Amino acid sequence: MQSADPAVREMLDEARRRGVETVWDRYAAQLPQCGFGELGVCCRNCMQGPCRVSPFDDGPARGVCGATADTMVARNLVRAIAAGTAAHSGHAKHLAHTLKKSVQGKAPDYPVRDEAKLRAVAARQGLEADGVPAAELAARMAEAALANFSEGEEPLAWTTATVTAGRVQAWEKLGVLPVGIDSIISEIMHRTHLGVDADAVNLLLGGVACAVADYTGCHLGTDLADILFGTPQPVVSEANMGVLKADQVNIALHGHNPVLSEVIVQVARQMEDEAKAAGAAGINLVGVCCTGNEVLMRHGIPPATHSISQELPMLTGALDAMVVDYQCVYPSLVGVAECTGTKIITTMGMARITGATHVDFEEENAAAGARQIIRLAIEAFGARRGRPVQIPQYKSQVVAGFSVEAIVAALSKLDAADPLKPVIDNIVAGNIQGVCLFAGCNNVKVPQDENYLVMARELAARDVLLLATGCGAGAYARHGYLTPEAVGEYAGPGLKAVLTAVGEANGLGGPLPLVLHMGSCVDNSRAVDLAVAVANRLGVDTAQLPVVASAPEFKTEKAVAIGTWAVACGLPTHLGLVPPVLGSATVTGLLTGGIKDLLGGYFIVETDPVKAAEKLFAAIQERRRGLNLATRSW
Amino acid sequence: MPKQVLIRFERCVGCRSCQLACAVAHSEAKSLYGAVLNGEKPRARVFVHQAGEHKAPLNCRHCQDAPCIDACIAGAMHRKADDTVTNIGGEQYCTACWMCVMVCPYGAVRSDAAGTMAVKCDRECKDDQGVPACVRACPTGALVYAEVDAYSAGRRQGVLLQALGGV
Repeated sequence: MQSADPAVREMLDEARRRGVETVWDRYAAQLPQCGFGELGVCCRNCMQGPCRVSPFDDGPARGVCGATADTMVARNLVRAIAAGTAAHSGHAKHLAHTLKKSVQGKAPDYPVRDEAKLRAVAARQGLEADGVPAAELAARMAEAALANFSEGEEPLAWTTATVTAGRVQAWEKLGVLPVGIDSIISEIMHRTHLGVDADAVNLLLGGVACAVADYTGCHLGTDLADILFGTPQPVVSEANMGVLKADQVNIALHGHNPVLSEVIVQVARQMEDEAKAAGAAGINLVGVCCTGNEVLMRHGIPPATHSISQELPMLTGALDAMVVDYQCVYPSLVGVAECTGTKIITTMGMARITGATHVDFEEENAAAGARQIIRLAIEAFGARRGRPVQIPQYKSQVVAGFSVEAIVAALSKLDAADPLKPVIDNIVAGNIQGVCLFAGCNNVKVPQDENYLVMARELAARDVLLLATGCGAGAYARHGYLTPEAVGEYAGPGLKAVLTAVGEANGLGGPLPLVLHMGSCVDNSRAVDLAVAVANRLGVDTAQLPVVASAPEFKTEKAVAIGTWAVACGLPTHLGLVPPVLGSATVTGLLTGGIKDLLGGYFIVETDPVKAAEKLFAAIQERRRGLNLATRSW
Repeated sequence: MPKQVLIRFERCVGCRSCQLACAVAHSEAKSLYGAVLNGEKPRARVFVHQAGEHKAPLNCRHCQDAPCIDACIAGAMHRKADDTVTNIGGEQYCTACWMCVMVCPYGAVRSDAAGTMAVKCDRECKDDQGVPACVRACPTGALVYAEVDAYSAGRRQGVLLQALGGV
């Protein structure tokens, strides 16, 4: 099975019929993949290489410079963390610059839409806000945000203000509190250069510091996006390729940053008449990957698909344009588009694809850029009018939009004075055994979505509260797990009672969805906020909570960074694929064992989803024991 | 006794270094950079496949009773003085009838890029120490260039050491 998603399977049949190459074909063509790379024991960091060392003690045990397998594996891993950090924090910096342009009057299409969030973040960050007008406060916010990037004297404001005091102490003791996001990325590149840091343990600590910077960048990204575009509130929509509409101009918004897609959402509403003049019934925006998550969370834009199946909506013949910003956008889209007539529109100067149509998007002229992009889609619709389409008739209902603010608001209907109390009481009573955050991507090496679905069913049945972000949340969206109905189908009695009590208190007449969609991958910071709030309310550290994380189908360097900061936050963190570290017993042992003594969190590598759920459940029980709470067996 | 390219399957990590080296050895430039810069597309005559959980190299066995020689209607396939089998430099040219491809029990004969002649391992790739390119390139020792009896003696030694080494 290539995918658990029937819409994906239908479109894969169509791809085969038409001879269109997809990610699954390219993966097959790559087999066997290099064993050195799989083990992490190849190094291309200098021009005396590339080097690789033998895993069988029957070949070179050191690279040309003398680097051992331990050094190579650790260097490669921390470079991946640095790349992930660069991506997340680049996204956050883009938002900070947008906010700055907004308050300078240079970006009229970007008003501050959520003054309450602006003031809440200002209060948390200790910005002088009393009597300060919103515009002035937003200017200070942009400056304060940008100050996290360059090198300062102190630990980062967005790090220390958003985690428990216990975490700050633990990180300080280990020397993993970064003093600048860009500076730690730069430091990692320095340390992994030929002839700098060759000590695997020291390198990994550097990687943890960089991951803390990644967390900080993610948090900045979430905060600034909320301030500019609004904090998500529960929203009802649909997901999967069945959301495409044959008679409308279908435009997919793909990538990660909402800066462009937010304006497209606004402008599309004004261009309905133009679409109708071209013979369409309207403009139908759909999401792909985390840009899709961003516009789902804030506007209910339905996601069409995620991650590895990103090429397939084009095979319907109904997708007129795919507008991309950056990250996780396959260059192969252009080749598929040549077969289907879809316009692939790149928008960021630093993220172009040969063969795509490029519309250089600038915040200063956002609405005009968005109009130009939508017009290209309308033109493409005109060209495909009358041609048959094959839209898979699969779509699921989705309830998304669970920011921490939304969750707390829902809980306050049960206890307005102490909103977290119902959650804590139910964890203590055992109705909720613990919490699992599902994050990450799809990966072509495993059947799409399958690990997510199996693990959610196993854990929900055992009363584990489920949160999700990124393409993991996308998987749950397409399979109907973001619905109240899924609670009846999969939740254990305790979890079902709690979700029902909260749902009914909020007038839903039923439970909250089985899995709470907290946003894009950057929005993993929201899950930390929730854990930190619960930990602070209990007077414990996040490393003591019965909270675990899982990246069952992770793919990107960003996911490596997030996984590492989940561990740094003290969470037992599951990986559903084997990361490229097995070439070093030292590194493998540290990540899966030794690091627990330092940070509380550690990696659990398990490719079987049932066994993985069992291991996470055991980790939750270990935490419950530590808090003197009643435990259960699997 | 001539040396053979023998395979220790359990050692293959699937890096394809042998294929790259074989292709380069059969390029005009005889170097990776040169072949790439010249836009050459040399083809490897050694193969690495994923077989279930295993990564496995496979190459021409240069069989003593070679079916490809018997089947070659054109009269191109022949045995050289060094005991290796090739379709280059024989009495006739290869006519691309693919009989050799059909009869090879290992699938070790393939087509050239243009589809105009069969290509196979010809051992015209040895370095100045007489070691074939694929063996030289193999980083794990999965490919061994040895006399058969020397190789089997090594295998016996390994087995016995494992079984009796502690006695």
